[in-house]
Amino acid sequence: MATTFAEAEDRVAVSHAARIDHVSKSFAGPTGQQLVLDDISLDVAPGEFVTLLGASGCGKSTLLNLVAGLDRPTVGSIETPGGRPALMFQEHALFPWLTAGKNIELALRLRGVAKNERRGEAERLLELVRLSGAYGKRVHELSGGMRQRVALARALAQDSDLLLMDEPFAALDAITRDVLHDELTRIWRETKLSVLFVTHNVREAVRLAERVVLLSSRPGRIARQWEIGIPHPRRIEDAAVAELSVEITEELRGEIRRHGQH
Amino acid sequence: MASTDTTTEAVAKTDDLAGLEAGLDALDSVQVRRTPVREVLGRKVLPPLVAVALVLVVWQVLVWAKITDEYKLPPPAAVWDSLTTMWLEGTLLGVLWTSVSRALLGFVMALAIGTPLGLLVARVRFVRAAIGPILSGLQSLPSVAWVAPAVLWLGLNDSMMYAVILLGAVPSIANGLVSGVDQVPPLFLRAGRTLGANGLRGAWHIVMPAALPGYLAGLKQGWAFSWRSLMAAEIIASSPELGLGLGQLLENGRNNIDMPGIFLAILLILIVGIAIDLLIFSPLERAVLRRRGLLVKS
Repeated sequence: MATTFAEAEDRVAVSHAARIDHVSKSFAGPTGQQLVLDDISLDVAPGEFVTLLGASGCGKSTLLNLVAGLDRPTVGSIETPGGRPALMFQEHALFPWLTAGKNIELALRLRGVAKNERRGEAERLLELVRLSGAYGKRVHELSGGMRQRVALARALAQDSDLLLMDEPFAALDAITRDVLHDELTRIWRETKLSVLFVTHNVREAVRLAERVVLLSSRPGRIARQWEIGIPHPRRIEDAAVAELSVEITEELRGEIRRHGQH
Repeated sequence: MASTDTTTEAVAKTDDLAGLEAGLDALDSVQVRRTPVREVLGRKVLPPLVAVALVLVVWQVLVWAKITDEYKLPPPAAVWDSLTTMWLEGTLLGVLWTSVSRALLGFVMALAIGTPLGLLVARVRFVRAAIGPILSGLQSLPSVAWVAPAVLWLGLNDSMMYAVILLGAVPSIANGLVSGVDQVPPLFLRAGRTLGANGLRGAWHIVMPAALPGYLAGLKQGWAFSWRSLMAAEIIASSPELGLGLGQLLENGRNNIDMPGIFLAILLILIVGIAIDLLIFSPLERAVLRRRGLLVKS
């Protein structure tokens, strides 16, 4: 247990949960090298909730893959002092051959948690996402919202202090999404995780984040950032959320319009 | 609502959220129901029984109509008599066991060779490029073709039988595994990698279980190929040391112009093939698919 405390202290000592330092990424395209991300620099502070907002083609998912370590930047560097970040996808990506509980236990096992502790930890995480009764449920027996919550619990099981989320609620219906926004905010505040959340939904970005980062498209550059000072609990239909969303949407549309001009 | 009392308000809010979520979960959850036995009997068991009964009736009618000589088309009763004779002589179970034990043992050997071979072809690019096409090509080669070289290489003995079974079944099993691995959704591999399942751990925790349905389909086909290969070998290669299997039974029927015996042998070969599939492979496959929610109910 002593190591855990030392690790925890290490984390506190670090000033950022993720540091993206002058990162560019290009892929081989039909017309030579295609620049997807252009000189992105972004720090996520410990415990901070940042949303990356942009239209299609802004490379926001690419950036998330780079931070997750699934791909390497062409130029620049990425640091995640807390180790490998947890990643949640738009699809739940739960393994259908395992129950909800065993999906979480697999993450624990791969992290190196001892066998006799896994069950209890998995149940604690399911309780955290309010799915106490779902341990033995198969993935196909769960609704879309429940699957995303199990996926969140599995991501949390990695015990990373940085959680990356790639449009995790985009495939859900509006009512469920709204509830999961509340749920994510609650869990973020309880666990003091740092979150980097990718979305193309302006209101979602404003509703959740402490900071919204707008990316321009082709290549992706940081166009503008907003600190969101609206106090929690927030609702998606709050006037303050709506007002800021209008401003950000205008900016986003401006970015998109530039592409139609040439 | 007292604005000073923020803690109670917060508690009320979380309770509210918990209730809302519980409601959504209840509304959205998928109810999974297992089909009652009676429905299974009516829908799955009855139709094939009716079909078999119809075939028997048509067969009997054709015999009564005397469309051909009786030594060419024996009545069902004559085939039944052959069966009871064999049973009373005590040879029936021995003949069945000779063939079934050979086929199952051969299948297990094919499993032990085909599985690592399939993994190798699926995961190692060079191996795939080198032998992948040959392996799928071998599936279309009738295993009868292997009997001749097998007899010359190994002689008229059990090893020759097993060689023919292996050459028939190994490509099916390996190919099933390869296509199972190919069909693993890339998302699972990415999810596995973010969880730290790389290399061998990734193969064990993610790739193998994800490929299981394809692998099982390969096993099913592998069994069919084992059985067919063995029958081909038994019909062609007969020798006293080999013992009497179903294939030899069929061949003996031809030599003695014993049509009821031939019909009986064919029926037994068919029944054994179907029975092993129904008793072993289909339940296995259904169990795996059901657990994953992949069994579509019509």
